Amino acid sequence: MTNPTRIERTSERELVVTRMFDGPPRIVFEAWTTPALMKKWWAPKSLGVPLLSCEMDVRTGGGYRLAFGQDEASAFAFFGKYIEVTPPSRLVWTNEEEPDGAVTTVTFEDRDGGTLLTLHELYPSKEAFDAGHGAEDGLAEQFAQLDELLAGLVAKT
Amino acid sequence: MVQYSLERLDASFSALSDATRRGVLEQLGRSDASITELADKFHMTLTGMKKHVGVLEHAGFVATEKVGRVRRCRLGQRRLEEEVAWLENYRQVWAARFDALDQVVKDLKRKEKVDD
Repeated sequence: MTNPTRIERTSERELVVTRMFDGPPRIVFEAWTTPALMKKWWAPKSLGVPLLSCEMDVRTGGGYRLAFGQDEASAFAFFGKYIEVTPPSRLVWTNEEEPDGAVTTVTFEDRDGGTLLTLHELYPSKEAFDAGHGAEDGLAEQFAQLDELLAGLVAKT
Repeated sequence: MVQYSLERLDASFSALSDATRRGVLEQLGRSDASITELADKFHMTLTGMKKHVGVLEHAGFVATEKVGRVRRCRLGQRRLEEEVAWLENYRQVWAARFDALDQVVKDLKRKEKVDD
């Protein structure tokens, strides 16, 4: 059994994802800040899009760039910079691949030798939030997502 | 926390699993319509369209209102359902990542033990 991943829309411009890990914060933090380790988990096979490259200069003011895609031609990149790096408890970075991108804060809290991980995404406005999560693409997109989710649910039963 | 009502999700998914019903929602997204107008548009009998609208109404995607002798249909409180759907999609992305991260954490813990 894996630990449950919880998600909550805490306001119209932010959401929070939480999960427990069976290891201390320093280890979970290391897995979030070491490119070779990020490559092992950031793009698991089930996502269907491999991580092509991963550059991370993990220090306050340092930049990162994660490229996804089947090959260089179809690749798309997520990039931004670290605003705060406080091992092993807190990471804050910007998301600059789109205008008005979110600021992501990840905290790592010790819970009896395990780690409570909290990921917080804060957008500058509701409009930016909707754009960032594809909510502006209209019904067709929503239905495609629902169909996909439905197919996933059916496959599980 | 957002509480997922699985029953409601089920109703949403079965409501949206039908191409005609998705078409009706897209149509109502452009403008309200009567059941008769929808039946014409989708080349269906009135009874058939009533059934489809009933399923959509039950799932909360459509609201209907009797105006005189005509039942008008418009989009209902479906936004919440849409939100739950993309939120669930997004949660699944993180859940998949975190399941992979479990393995990395396990490996690092083992390595630390060996190094001690």
